[in-house]
Amino acid sequence: MTNTAKQAEATGTSSIKTYRQAINEALFQEMRRDPTVIVLGEEVSGGAGTDGIDDAYGGVFGVTKGLVHEFSRKRVIDTPISESAIIGAAAGAACTGLRPVAELMFFDFIGVSFDQIFNQAAKFRYMFGGKPNTPMVIRATVGAGWRAGPQHSNMLHPVVAHIPGLKVVMPSNAYDAKGLMISAIRDDDPVIFLEYKTLYDSKCEVPDDLYTIPFGEASFTREGSDVTIVAISGMVPRANAVADKLAGEGISCDVIDPRTISPLDVESIIESVEVTGRLVIVDEANERCSLAADISSIVAEQAFHALRAPIRKVTAPHTPVPFSPVLEDLYIPSPERIEQAVRDVLEA
Amino acid sequence: MRYTPELLIEAYRTMQTIRLFEERCILEFERGNIPGFVHAYNGQEAVAAGVCMHLSDRDVIGSTHRGHGHCIAKGCDVIGMMKEIMGKSTGLCKGKGGSMHIADFDKGMIGANAIVGGAPPLCNGAALTAKTLGTNHVAVSFGGDGSSNQGTTLEALNMAVVLQLPHIFIIENNGYGEGTGADYAVGCESLAERTAGFGMPAVAIDGTDFFAVYEQAKEYIDLARKGGGPSAIEAETVRFDGHFIGDPQLYRGENELDDIKKNRDCIKLFRNRVTAEKWLEAERMDEIDAEVAALIERAVEEGMNAPFPEPADLYADVYKTY
Repeated sequence: MTNTAKQAEATGTSSIKTYRQAINEALFQEMRRDPTVIVLGEEVSGGAGTDGIDDAYGGVFGVTKGLVHEFSRKRVIDTPISESAIIGAAAGAACTGLRPVAELMFFDFIGVSFDQIFNQAAKFRYMFGGKPNTPMVIRATVGAGWRAGPQHSNMLHPVVAHIPGLKVVMPSNAYDAKGLMISAIRDDDPVIFLEYKTLYDSKCEVPDDLYTIPFGEASFTREGSDVTIVAISGMVPRANAVADKLAGEGISCDVIDPRTISPLDVESIIESVEVTGRLVIVDEANERCSLAADISSIVAEQAFHALRAPIRKVTAPHTPVPFSPVLEDLYIPSPERIEQAVRDVLEA
Repeated sequence: MRYTPELLIEAYRTMQTIRLFEERCILEFERGNIPGFVHAYNGQEAVAAGVCMHLSDRDVIGSTHRGHGHCIAKGCDVIGMMKEIMGKSTGLCKGKGGSMHIADFDKGMIGANAIVGGAPPLCNGAALTAKTLGTNHVAVSFGGDGSSNQGTTLEALNMAVVLQLPHIFIIENNGYGEGTGADYAVGCESLAERTAGFGMPAVAIDGTDFFAVYEQAKEYIDLARKGGGPSAIEAETVRFDGHFIGDPQLYRGENELDDIKKNRDCIKLFRNRVTAEKWLEAERMDEIDAEVAALIERAVEEGMNAPFPEPADLYADVYKTY
């Protein structure tokens, strides 16, 4: 039984929800539970200062839809298009008593707000002697496949996972998305919560009640003994599909979804590799200085003795995300490339 | 008379504490007892004192790399500050922050900030907390003429107006961003006018005149407490030291430093005013001078004797849990 299924058992009623609905429900429920939780960002409601309706957007992908009607503009705050000021306001509010959830729309926009993330929020606890809590969540969308071109499609999670003081959460399904969002809101450190765009309409069984998923605990989405596949965010469904296909040929794969990449559940990855001796890492981020490279080096250092084949990384190339659908499809790790990598490590 | 002796004594003590603290930092830096980059606030004392006297511990300030004066004016422990600047484990931030990153959240001091323009967005956040929770607390960000040109400051000014946040922006125009003149680097004639262009009340005042600062800060802080939103003060002031301690200040004009120390010393101007008005005896201020000197002496002594952090402290306080 997978970790996810075990945790679902412990809860009451549930229903099929999309990834989008799951995050939306987490926000609703946490805002009801805790009056210090606020949501702010561009178009989190939408329609401010217009002749049209409130909630015109409800977030760029509709994740904050409806919140403004229950919590008013006092707690669902549309901001100017000023990403530094958004993140700064969230950080300043967080260290003085609120639990803000700030939306960055597209994670590519960290470029215009990065100082407030890594020089400010991430360092508060350490450089101020351990005193302040900075309980803020930065939500942003990641991933290609939306035909959005070079400046709205990046992953960039390795950039933030590199930074001490930040936690980085990357759910791959609706169930994890809800539990991880609730954990993120309740966490006393800054959390980067990255939502994979093309997963928003993916569905699974999601408990109706509040539940949390601890950070740093990977989920085994498939279990096997021949090859370990570590897949990140939107790559998890692809890795699962490949594992299911290969199972028909008698090849069994562990598919590990770390769910949070900082902290990273190194132990689960090492345990799996100790059994399989073969590792494929699937991540849509660019290859150089990446999470895939990090996991590869950790396994090489800690489980070298167990490896029966060279580690294989299936990642995006060292290029920006192209616009043309033909090229964009080549950019994203495909099931075919994942399958080939699995076959390669088995044959090595 | 308009000012009580208690108020005047508090103001004088604050300014003189900042002055002697900074002068001693310069000395201890030269002696090798303070590592790193240190940016002294001496010359600008009237601004920090005149603003912070209106604030309680629940009001929040954000500061700059030149932040010692704001810390002292907001009530941070001077001994804890000196230990911090010396990198000691019993410093206000356990020696992890140093001169440019002193904070004391219990005092509403959410950080000196070594990124120019770092504080204004954060102070919007503190003001948002006050507004959301329905308190009448305010946030004050201090910045210089240098930070007035940073995008973060400009974004924060606009957002403060849009969200009507209780945030007072203090622009300390000391004429220099590092070693470059404000006349060169600030493209407009008046920072107060530029700030007013964002849609908030803003005025320029003589920042070397404690009473001008005190009165204007009172007006704007009261306005913010009553829900009147943000405002800005451009305080025209002078910097007695370099951009950093040890700066040879080759960019200064001939006799410039002698001139500003003679004619624009905010503490001298304060003493002249209060004695001329017969609000306070010179002897009373001399007594305060001696008390402050003793405090600074004690801060240095305790700072020198305080322990450095342990190796294990390197790893502490990155996260609450991880």
